[in-house]
Amino acid sequence: MKNKRPLSQLILGDRGFKYQLIAPSIFILLLIGIFPLIYTLLVSFQGITMMENDTSFHGLQNYIALGTDTRLWEALLHTIIFTCIALPIELLLGLLMAQLFIDKLPGRQIFVALLVLPVVVAPVVSGATWSLLLDTRFGPINQILGWFTGEEVTLLWTINPNLVYPSILAAEIWQWTPFMFLLLLAALSAVDKSQLEAASIDGAGYWTTFFKIVLPAIWPVMAVAILIRGLDLFRLFDIVWALTRGGPGTMTETISIFTYVKGFQQFETSYTGAVALLIIILLSVLVIGALKKVEIAR
Amino acid sequence: MKTSHRKKIKLAFRYVAVIALTILFLFPIYWLFMISFKTANEIYAYPPVWWPETLQLSNYRVLFEDGDAATVGNSLIVAGVSTIFAMILGTICAYSLARFKTGGEHLANWIISQRMIPPIAIVFPVFLLYVWFGMVDTYFGLILLYTAFNLPYVIWMMRGYIMDIPISLEQAALVDGYTRWQVVWKVVFPMCRAGLFATAIFTFVFAWNDFIFALVLTRTDVATYTVQVTHYFGGQSNFWGKISAMSVLGTLPIFFIVAFMQKYLVRGISLGAVKG
Repeated sequence: MKNKRPLSQLILGDRGFKYQLIAPSIFILLLIGIFPLIYTLLVSFQGITMMENDTSFHGLQNYIALGTDTRLWEALLHTIIFTCIALPIELLLGLLMAQLFIDKLPGRQIFVALLVLPVVVAPVVSGATWSLLLDTRFGPINQILGWFTGEEVTLLWTINPNLVYPSILAAEIWQWTPFMFLLLLAALSAVDKSQLEAASIDGAGYWTTFFKIVLPAIWPVMAVAILIRGLDLFRLFDIVWALTRGGPGTMTETISIFTYVKGFQQFETSYTGAVALLIIILLSVLVIGALKKVEIAR
Repeated sequence: MKTSHRKKIKLAFRYVAVIALTILFLFPIYWLFMISFKTANEIYAYPPVWWPETLQLSNYRVLFEDGDAATVGNSLIVAGVSTIFAMILGTICAYSLARFKTGGEHLANWIISQRMIPPIAIVFPVFLLYVWFGMVDTYFGLILLYTAFNLPYVIWMMRGYIMDIPISLEQAALVDGYTRWQVVWKVVFPMCRAGLFATAIFTFVFAWNDFIFALVLTRTDVATYTVQVTHYFGGQSNFWGKISAMSVLGTLPIFFIVAFMQKYLVRGISLGAVKG
């Protein structure tokens, strides 16, 4: 049988085969991941802006500028604010919704199928949808509020500094709560029923059962859901872009929008290179730390 | 008797809550779809009209007459072709990771971490590179980036699916004189076709729904539908008829796909963490 094997395998053997399999993927990942990164590192030490193509060595100038760029740190702060508000709300709402579905409910599959539709809408489209809903004059939200107040409501949802955060958060929470719901429903459904029965026979209350049995059982899934959504929120761009473009001023500017504006509207090429590398370093530290804590599909 | 009565009340209460939630979550989608059928007079009516008089399609006709609808075709090309590439390359890579433990956990973790870097930080270096090579606003450029961006997801998901299938069939095929490549094509691929199908769908949806890569790397020739939607937002006024019609053109195919994908949805969106 051995002589039936092709020549390449005789030379490379099994060891070679496993590397042949991964070679194309690794090549593309390096081509798109590492190669441009090195180029960006190079650019970030230069002085390229819209005005001049200054490729001389500027040392750490751009990196020092990062430290004093309040707009950058504010953008980072906005991103953290969005994450810290949206994530717990999505998690809690998703959990409450999943609780509603956990017992027998005829027609449950249809409701679940309908409820998850927001998850698969393109985020930029959901941003656009919410800008239609929130329109001052022609949107239904001010109209509905008007029914309660009895007079015309003309709230400027995407312009008023007090309302832009609630607006963006509403769109964000609307789109991603069903994501949490779906994952947590799957996790809750997998909780061992006999344990719950045993607890109830022992006279354990609802909250005791929840914290002692349910929560530990669903935690692995919950942790993955938090990780995925946390990282998604850190890159928040599309919804904000469609609703406020980071405005008014730079009030709702996230780190992704800041980078986009610097790189592709103001053409601060070298500086944006430094920003991009800062984000990658920040995220890599976070991701490596998180991956160690969270087990995804082992 | 009494407990069953109480159970019925509880069930009724849950139904009310569930229906209310469903209405709440579907209302924005209803509003988007409904606006696309309105006439301009109905769109800019005050107070807002909740259902159009007739289901007229002029908002859609305009998109096809102006040629804007071609952006949906662009989305189809770049999402479709990049999905095929990512699936083939990613699956053979996943096979190597699953069966030969190539690179161990470190390589697998590095690959999935590639997926978690914010797209803006990926696209900026790629943009510089593409400018250099004249690849901005080309199908090839966008397809290459989507392929690279989706590879970690495909590898990660397919590794899980391949680990679920028994190794004995592959061993039997080797004994029968199959080459190792033949084992991959003729045994492994058919065995995990459900996983291939599910993963391909999600890969397609990621590329289809992407906005930031397309925003940066396209101008006019290969602009995708998500980029086109944002073009209708004006400084002073928005072209709502076009925004909604274009959004529906891009969203409807996804809804159809997901309707058939319910079984795989949980595993797909949880990066395989929930087997569902």
